[in-house]
Amino acid sequence: MNLPADLKYSKTHEWVRAEADGTLSVGITDHAQEMLGDIVFVEPPEVGRKLAAGAECAVVESVKAAADIYAPVSGEVVAVNAALADAPQSINQDAYGAWIFRLKPGNAEEIGSLLDAAAYARVVEAAEK
Amino acid sequence: MPFIPHTEVDVRGMLASIGVADIEALFDEIPRELRIQGLSGVPAAAPEMAVLRLMAERAEADGRYLNFIGAGAYEHHIPAAVWQIATRGEFYSAYTPYQAEASQGTLQALYEFQTMMASLTALDVSNASLYDGASALAEAVLMSVRLHKGAHRVLVPRTVHPLYRNVVRTITRNQHVEIIELDYSHESGTTRIETAAAIEGDIAALVVPQPNFFGVLEDAEALAGWAHSRGALAIGVVNPLSLALLRPPGEWGADIAVGEGQPLGAPLSGGGPYFGFMCAREALVRQMPGRIVGRTTDSEGRPGFCLTLQPREQHIRRAKATSNICTNQSLMAIAAAIHLSLLGPQGLERAAAQCHANTLALRDRLAAIPGVAPAFTGAVFHEAAIRLPMPAAPVLERLRSERILGGFDLSRHYPELGNALLVCATETKTEADLERYALALERALGERR
Repeated sequence: MNLPADLKYSKTHEWVRAEADGTLSVGITDHAQEMLGDIVFVEPPEVGRKLAAGAECAVVESVKAAADIYAPVSGEVVAVNAALADAPQSINQDAYGAWIFRLKPGNAEEIGSLLDAAAYARVVEAAEK
Repeated sequence: MPFIPHTEVDVRGMLASIGVADIEALFDEIPRELRIQGLSGVPAAAPEMAVLRLMAERAEADGRYLNFIGAGAYEHHIPAAVWQIATRGEFYSAYTPYQAEASQGTLQALYEFQTMMASLTALDVSNASLYDGASALAEAVLMSVRLHKGAHRVLVPRTVHPLYRNVVRTITRNQHVEIIELDYSHESGTTRIETAAAIEGDIAALVVPQPNFFGVLEDAEALAGWAHSRGALAIGVVNPLSLALLRPPGEWGADIAVGEGQPLGAPLSGGGPYFGFMCAREALVRQMPGRIVGRTTDSEGRPGFCLTLQPREQHIRRAKATSNICTNQSLMAIAAAIHLSLLGPQGLERAAAQCHANTLALRDRLAAIPGVAPAFTGAVFHEAAIRLPMPAAPVLERLRSERILGGFDLSRHYPELGNALLVCATETKTEADLERYALALERALGERR
């Protein structure tokens, strides 16, 4: 399983990367993109929207399914990856490069409650049993 | 494959394997008192011969009327070949098959339908049809609210078909949509958009009927422009036949166009089945409800057809689907595609022009009767409101006794218009028919004076 050690993960298959400017990039894991199949559309959240942790905020649509993306932590949406509008398949090609949106976290402590790579791997393995 | 695939033996076998005594037991969890034990007024089965006789008698009682009622459903000539082709076994189903790729012919026919509707409306995409015009409008209203992300108010002129407005209210009532009605000019019969200026805050959409329920042509471009100036979408409600003559909604600024497809090949037949259609700009397609057939290529590069954008739909997206419309009026849409193919652009234009000419001739002939006058000054397509010197209801009754259906009494939905009657003369009417109507109306009014 491709799970970079420098990222945090959620049980709902989002990854989170702490950026140098204090924002958090959010995308979906390599495992999630593999389960969805060819991704054809991403509906990002609106910039400026304030999200509670766990709030539905985006949709990733593949040829066979549509999956909701949840805010891993609370915060305000400060950017969305506009490149995904024309190239949603980049999530399939590079799940950890293709961030979907960036959050300014509302509560820095919440990040600590996210999973590390090993814990997320256990979540995925448990689900596959 | 037979339509009902399970024999009694199959059913017994399935019940036995899940350990249930009979089918009734499967419904145990529904309390008795909530279950209908039988439908009152529905008789027990009757032999085919008796049913045929009953239906023949009923059909006779319907009579052979000369019909001048439009009001949303229009009597048109349908070439005999339309239903000869549409009822072929390959097409004869109300449904888009779920295993769509197994029926390329049905998909291709629907794809052609979509292409024709997109070209008639001058919009980018069409779906494979909806239930009817009224629910298509409700779906467009919901679509506009989903797209706007912030506004939940939709302006609906009172010149929109009153029953469409009822359906919109019913479907949107519990979905956080606020419907605001706009008044119309009692002189021109067109929407008074200036009354909307006082409405503050965000608006998701303005509905623009063209022609409107009175048959009158709205200043559609100005209405759509007003909507856009307020950051709202413009939803056109259009008669597809009129598009052979009028500027298509895509050209006057509609973002979404919906309507009743019945004028394209569906017989009146007591109110249905008809079909709704919906077209939109491509940017809005992901919020468009209903099936969409796409053209694609298979793994060997051969062209083919498939259902596309399905994750919007409820069998995949569940409660978050764009709509709970899960099927469409596939057969009626295919009949429309056949109808349009047989008429061709020129045929459609001739039919529309003849409707327009007949209605103008009828309106002018009726207005020559003392006490009768056009109700509105606005230009009309193929339907016109006239004012009578007495209530329409008894006049219509009198006309009915002469086997004429004289029009739609507007007083029920528009009491403020007084004794107003909506009349329609399609291409099916001859000069003699119009004269017969005019003379009968003269008699009906004369008797009462």
